[in-house]
Amino acid sequence: MMNSEPTKPFSVREIREQFPALKRLVYNKNLIYFDNGATSQKPQVVLDAINKYYSKDNANIHRGVHYMSQKATTEFEEARKIIQHYINARKSEEIIFTKGTTDGINLVANSFGSLLKAGDEILITAMEHHSNIVPWQMLCERKNLILKVAPINKKGELIIEDFDKLLSKNTKLVAVTHISNTLGTINPVKELAEKAHAVGAKILVDGAQSIQHKKIDVRDLNCDFFVFSGHKVFGPTGIGVLYGKEDLLDRMPPYQGGGDMIERVTFERTTYNELPFKFEAGTPHIAGGICLGEAVKFLSSLDINAIEKHEKELADYAQDMLDTFEGMRIIGEAKNKTSVVSFFVDGIHPFDIGTLLDKQGIAVRTGHHCTQPLMDFYKIPGTVRASFAFYNTREEIDKFIAAVDKSITLLK
Amino acid sequence: MSDKTIIEKQQEIINEFEMFDDWMEKYEYIIDLGKDLPLIDPNLKTEDRLINGCQSKVWVDWNFSNGKMHFTADSDAIITKGMIGLLIRVLDNESPETILKNDLFFIREIGLQEHLSPTRANGLAGMVKKLKTAALESIA
Repeated sequence: MMNSEPTKPFSVREIREQFPALKRLVYNKNLIYFDNGATSQKPQVVLDAINKYYSKDNANIHRGVHYMSQKATTEFEEARKIIQHYINARKSEEIIFTKGTTDGINLVANSFGSLLKAGDEILITAMEHHSNIVPWQMLCERKNLILKVAPINKKGELIIEDFDKLLSKNTKLVAVTHISNTLGTINPVKELAEKAHAVGAKILVDGAQSIQHKKIDVRDLNCDFFVFSGHKVFGPTGIGVLYGKEDLLDRMPPYQGGGDMIERVTFERTTYNELPFKFEAGTPHIAGGICLGEAVKFLSSLDINAIEKHEKELADYAQDMLDTFEGMRIIGEAKNKTSVVSFFVDGIHPFDIGTLLDKQGIAVRTGHHCTQPLMDFYKIPGTVRASFAFYNTREEIDKFIAAVDKSITLLK
Repeated sequence: MSDKTIIEKQQEIINEFEMFDDWMEKYEYIIDLGKDLPLIDPNLKTEDRLINGCQSKVWVDWNFSNGKMHFTADSDAIITKGMIGLLIRVLDNESPETILKNDLFFIREIGLQEHLSPTRANGLAGMVKKLKTAALESIA
């Protein structure tokens, strides 16, 4: 397998060298980028690939007879294979290029959803991102399905007993986040997949927050669908992936109609192209796909286990340090969590802290993080969220803690 | 103090902010300004008085008497409160026509223009729009 052996031992200093954006100044201060949950920075190899594609290889793919079209096609399809191997899918046909996680979920909601009947149930959890709630609500409304929500405990962990109770023969799909973007909770998706399959349901895993932090093996997880965004895994925006099991994708109708997804068109009847093209109507984000391939190649050259350990240490350290502040509430204290620390300080609006951190060169996110039901659950207007990537350091966290201290002093 | 023109009031704020050397003093001052904000009656903190697009909640109420606009407001975030306070300091007790025709140049001058971008979560742009819409409605 191409991704099995990392080429070098993990070194944060060396890795940082490869991310030009990390060297920039913000308000004349060294940037501390802790908004990786929203999007990741890009390594030089990805930036070079974008530049190279548009300056040398730009051509429309598939069906082109000329040299550049064939080269672009080869590279685009090569990227598909890189991603296939990285997540250990059986076939490259199971890798559908999308615009991103949201697009992938909407594809499943529309296409797989069209096979469902009134009264069928979809089970999600209380910690889902809006993009793993709203498409299902829209589908339920359209087709008279029932949306069930598995609750979480105060620590931000899924309550498995309640999940079990909500799962039934009527459940046709479980849609669950792998890692919560707000809480950092890691859900036991492999176990949930087993449970879903035991009642004959399929499972979709929202991997937007896990692909960049953990080794993903879709065959081991045995999930039916796995979705993620390119830009959160060091690739470009506007490109993402839907992995689906081949037999399932084969049974699903196309989502959007257009060029590339057809086999034969007459005004009487159109037959559809085979996988994966059936789900890729129109000219895809060619540069995006190729450069996402580069990003995944870059990631697979690193030691993912070392990355996981480093990020977990950063998150634990940040959480321990934050915990020493008076009035501090860590939002999301799951036993199994990573990469994200969300917090709320009594009497201080997250926006105020975020604004003052920004002035100190620290990029965090404040607000509801597209998880309004979670904010209602914790009865807070929002959180300040620091989310880490492998290029972050302990020294940055020390500076961040000092900046939080300064901000709170100013606001109290 | 009502004799100052809208230009003079803005210039006064610019002068005050010129004294500050760094961001911290500036924001400390904005936070202090929030404390002088003419507060909205808590009973008027209703959905229709909320400004859309702000990450923090901002309520604004206004009335029009003797040809002048008068505003009260509040926010659950202290920096936002200071910002709406600055706007109200400039726009309060002005005629709707004056409010509508004048550019709020002080925002750029004191370095808060970054908060004007429409995607910016605190929506200073949304506040300006709300206050100008109020002025427009009162003469409609």
